[in-house]
Amino acid sequence: MFRQAPQLMARATTVAMRCRRLFSTDVPVEASADSTFVEAWRKLIPNIEPPKTPSSFMTPRPSTPASIPTKLTVNFVLPYSSQLSNKEVDMVIIPATTGLMGVLPGHVATIAELKPGVFSVHEGNDVTKYFVSSGFAFIHANSFADIIAVEAVPLDHIDPSLVHKGLADFTQKLNSASTDLEKAEAQIGVDVHSALNSALTG
Amino acid sequence: MASNAAVPFWRAAGMTYITYSNICANMVRNCLKEPYKSEALAREKVHFSVAKWVDGKPQKPIVRSDDPEE
Repeated sequence: MFRQAPQLMARATTVAMRCRRLFSTDVPVEASADSTFVEAWRKLIPNIEPPKTPSSFMTPRPSTPASIPTKLTVNFVLPYSSQLSNKEVDMVIIPATTGLMGVLPGHVATIAELKPGVFSVHEGNDVTKYFVSSGFAFIHANSFADIIAVEAVPLDHIDPSLVHKGLADFTQKLNSASTDLEKAEAQIGVDVHSALNSALTG
Repeated sequence: MASNAAVPFWRAAGMTYITYSNICANMVRNCLKEPYKSEALAREKVHFSVAKWVDGKPQKPIVRSDDPEE
């Protein structure tokens, strides 16, 4: 019954060793065009350039260096704008669901879900703070960090009186909610507004 | 199969991650100072027209809009 087992197991480990798992956002350094395809294309259609693939438009990320670099490269994007693009900073602090996460160069590769909270970017003595609603952070082994948020605003754009009003409203809604869905919505409201409140006071 | 690990409260209530993150984002937008608030809310406006097809013919289109005047 287990005649094939040793063979299968041996195969599984060699496969695992051969392909080091990469994030889908990690672009390989050598994005090489398929030379046989390009040749065949030029033979058939000499007057049109061969089509470009996504990898020829994306600049490749450097491979993981042997020594830890001094700076962390950050990309911070929103659905409608790019806040930071390939910016070299000293440290970022990410509000992950598991707690605040300080990311320095050489951080181990991680994916973290964000919760409503303050995302701060440290550059020497300058600290830029944003309030992010939710999203994800991808930290790569080569000291690159990609932070993706649904909504992010600088702290000074937040109106404290509206935050207090919202917090009171949703606390009341949480007490009067009858269905699970209403309760969850009110709970989200309380969470978001308390996070906004502590961002403004703390 | 979904994992049996503990799920967040919003997931237990039947929300998807998209719903949850959009609710969060909307609450943050509503707490902004003017003029940032109206700017952020205007960005989220959706306007589209839907027509169902029955027997290969389009029915009267329905316009769905966040703009109050339409």
